Amino acid sequence: MSGIPHDHYEPKTGFEKWLHERLPIVSLAYDTLMIPTPKNLNWWWIWGIVLVFCLVLQIITGIVLAMHYTPHVDLAFASVEHIMRDVNGGWALRYAHMNGASLFFMAVYIHLFRGLYYGSYKAPREITWIIGMLIYLAMMATGFLGYVLPWGQMSFWGATVITGLFGAIPFIGEPIQTWLLGGPAVDNATLNRFFSLHYLLPFVIVGLVAVHMWAFHTTGNNNPTGVEVRRGSKDEVKKDTLPFWPYFVIKDLFALVVVLAIFVAVIWTMPNYFGHPDNYTIANPLVTPAHIVPEWYYLPFYAILRAFTSDVWAVQFASWITGGIIDAKFFGVLAMFGSILIMALAPWLDTSKTRSGSYRPQFKFWFWLLVIDFMVLMWAGAMPAEPPYSTISLIGATYWFAYFLVILPVLGLIEKPKSPPATIEEDFDAHYKPTSAE
Amino acid sequence: MFKKTILSALLAAGLSTGAYAAGGESHIEDFSFSFEGPFGTFDQHQLQRGLQVYTEVCAACHGLELVAFRNLGDEGGPTLEVDQVKAYAALYEVYDAELDEDRAAKPADKFPGSSYDGAPDLSLMAKARAGFHGPVGLGINQVIQGMGGPEYIASILTGYTGHEKEEAGTTFYENTAFPGGWIAMAPPLEDELVEYQDGHDSDVHHMAQDVSAFLMWTAEPKMMARKETGFLAFVFMVFLASLLYLTNKKLWAPHKHKD
Repeated sequence: MSGIPHDHYEPKTGFEKWLHERLPIVSLAYDTLMIPTPKNLNWWWIWGIVLVFCLVLQIITGIVLAMHYTPHVDLAFASVEHIMRDVNGGWALRYAHMNGASLFFMAVYIHLFRGLYYGSYKAPREITWIIGMLIYLAMMATGFLGYVLPWGQMSFWGATVITGLFGAIPFIGEPIQTWLLGGPAVDNATLNRFFSLHYLLPFVIVGLVAVHMWAFHTTGNNNPTGVEVRRGSKDEVKKDTLPFWPYFVIKDLFALVVVLAIFVAVIWTMPNYFGHPDNYTIANPLVTPAHIVPEWYYLPFYAILRAFTSDVWAVQFASWITGGIIDAKFFGVLAMFGSILIMALAPWLDTSKTRSGSYRPQFKFWFWLLVIDFMVLMWAGAMPAEPPYSTISLIGATYWFAYFLVILPVLGLIEKPKSPPATIEEDFDAHYKPTSAE
Repeated sequence: MFKKTILSALLAAGLSTGAYAAGGESHIEDFSFSFEGPFGTFDQHQLQRGLQVYTEVCAACHGLELVAFRNLGDEGGPTLEVDQVKAYAALYEVYDAELDEDRAAKPADKFPGSSYDGAPDLSLMAKARAGFHGPVGLGINQVIQGMGGPEYIASILTGYTGHEKEEAGTTFYENTAFPGGWIAMAPPLEDELVEYQDGHDSDVHHMAQDVSAFLMWTAEPKMMARKETGFLAFVFMVFLASLLYLTNKKLWAPHKHKD
């Protein structure tokens, strides 16, 4: 499967040959597991494994939770408490699932920013990157649908606010919203379909993850230097890489277990830390919570959504030029989806020939500013939609777009990058000096 | 508020969104509970006293519809004897759909819901409110002191100033812990209102703490199991991580020219 030359599986026994001619499944597993992996990968490359673990964890805990959960407005809240109280180990399942979502998103954000820093999105890995963005979108949808299921106050009002975004689309928005909700407002029909889709989407993610892996197994992994593995011969490849098994499996497992130690410590000491107390109050369509706050992992994009109020000149201009079709609400929705879409376009917006940010002195500054911007937006998203928070959100949102639309294209033209090492071997040996005997 | 939130931006992943849920300045007193911290446990006697306060005072209006009477006998709770649970359940009348009439409750039944419309069910109240968001809005303090749900309840019960006002025919009572400062619930406790079977002091402060502890148990009945299992899982993960660290080190040593 890999474009990097390496030893392939050779069926030896009669049975192996028989099977291999009919279904080369052992070969597929072997080649996947033995893929030559750049030996200089650093610890930022462990989050892929953590993400695979999260997906499996969420699916397994989710399937068992679904055995005890009832998607009905009169019963959902009590059925979650039934899981917490009466189902054997139900509290552990539910807390693992709840906090598993947070771990999943934390890992995906680190994974994503790692890609942005080391230029993993650049040719020839654009497809890997875009599939990754689709996975991220599917995760956002799955997380949102799942948060509605316990049918607490934040479930209900979160669903009301988020589906309201679709209502902002001109002309067809309201029919779409009604179609999504299965009625004029969030109700039993909504809960039922959200449950159904929440069960479906993770398997879509599994499929996308397979394609994501297929894509980067074809191009080979990126690495901290951004220098490609030499592919002239198997000998050259061996100097730059080590097989995924056992070297990276063990390394990643070690990192995974360290992450899991923190994960179980959260469940042990503060299982509701990432949740909202209001979600322990049953949904009540007649009582609006003081502040409707989405889950933490949506906050940066929620801030962008709310940043574009009707007094922003860009909004007024868009409204004027479209004859009022694009109002502030729809502009916000476009900005929110746009902020994710431009990430997907990064491979074409970044003009720099140097792949890894490690060798781009000016890029580093703007990259870290983007990380800070992301955090500031996350914070602003949790604040009430009023000054000074709305102004801060607007500045943050502007920088987010400027990074992709202005800084990445311009920087590649004006920046003078340092030269990366010639080979991965050279980079690795600079860290781990060969002894004279070798 | 602003200072509180600056740092939360730095650690944005740890957002304590609860900080913004409560409107108005309310004062939550930091009561000391036995179940706080990573190793805190419920005090069985306190839960039993809390049950007594709930039964004699709160239950007049409020319900506990998510809690079954049998839970009172569970490990890690008030842990009443089987016959005590039966006798306690029998104090309540529940509607039986099969008989189509009320009958005395059995251990398998749930507590009744609130009998008064304005009174919320208390099963999850200790988790549906957060009293603490520190430090600086990060909420990390809950590792040590909890989220402040039981403190919120106890602060409400002890927070009456004695002032009252009437608005649109409803009497409101000034309360230092309630968001907005005025609560519709009349002060439910007064000194010596309940005579504890274990002879414990029954001033308002003690009763408030006891019933709050009891409500923490109703909200998180598996807390002790969670802390035991959680701690063991953590120790296991640290041990496994150590083994994997050594394995990884040995595996890579020849390639890092360290052998």
